[in-house]
Amino acid sequence: MIWGPDLFILAILVVLAIAAVISRDLLVATVIFSGYSLLMALAYVQLNSPDVGFTEAAVGAGVTTVLFILAISRTARMEEA
Amino acid sequence: MPESLFGEDVIVRTIARIVAPFIQLFGLYVLMHGHISPGGGFQAGVIIASSFILLALALGLPESKERFKKTIRLPMESSGPLIYASIGVTCILAGGYYLQYGMAFLFPPHVVSAILISAVEIGIGITVMAMIVTIFYSMAGD
Amino acid sequence: MKVIPSMLILLVGVMLAVAVTGMPEFGDPNAPANTHVVPYYKEHCLEETGVTEIVTAIVVSYRGYDTFGEVTVIFTAGTGVIALLGRK
Repeated sequence: MIWGPDLFILAILVVLAIAAVISRDLLVATVIFSGYSLLMALAYVQLNSPDVGFTEAAVGAGVTTVLFILAISRTARMEEA
Repeated sequence: MPESLFGEDVIVRTIARIVAPFIQLFGLYVLMHGHISPGGGFQAGVIIASSFILLALALGLPESKERFKKTIRLPMESSGPLIYASIGVTCILAGGYYLQYGMAFLFPPHVVSAILISAVEIGIGITVMAMIVTIFYSMAGD
Repeated sequence: MKVIPSMLILLVGVMLAVAVTGMPEFGDPNAPANTHVVPYYKEHCLEETGVTEIVTAIVVSYRGYDTFGEVTVIFTAGTGVIALLGRK
């Protein structure tokens, strides 16, 4: 097991998760979440499960982001205080 | 869906129009190679559906619906569980249990099993693709 | 009031981090995931299902009922969205 890339991916995952939670702009949070899903797919591939990585990249980074953006476009963009 | 979400850029429209068939081709590759390489029905269905979502975001909703009409989507949505269940019932008729693919029927059992697994994957892919596109259209349409 | 949720999140995070140290090593041949049914699948997958990809064989053939349920879940979810928002 190679520790360098894993720790790098995990550290960025934690940073992205915190950034998505504290972001007031929901569109920004959605785009951060899309990047989170892409890194999560990388982590899955690194753990020798390309099937799950495939699904995560297609569903998490692709379709879910579009559905979130559609939901935001029908409601308010900024989170209420 | 507000009009501001649709791009009016000619570069985006052209690139999306060129790239979409290749995304669909890659989805078909993932679908047909589901039994010899990573991938399968779910992944392929989502990939092909994302090509239609890309077309809808770049060219607008009506032009995307023009390429995937309601009359085609309606039977495709329900065909996946139908294919799956009918293959299971076929296994019973061939003398096995429900969804026991390895029944000798014109071919050796493992060949029949491989063919039926591919058929099941194709059914899953059809349903997932049509359902995700329909959910997207339902949420985006006004 | 933001202190209590932050403390809760920190507590759960520390507990999860402690729990991770109890997981088996990556690729450990003696891990529970590699000792129960996986050796059987690895040996009999090709001759029983005729499929070289073990994941597909498990998902569609050995655990076919689960996948049938998953397809039904997706079908039901789409039906619910259509019933709520209307078919466009």
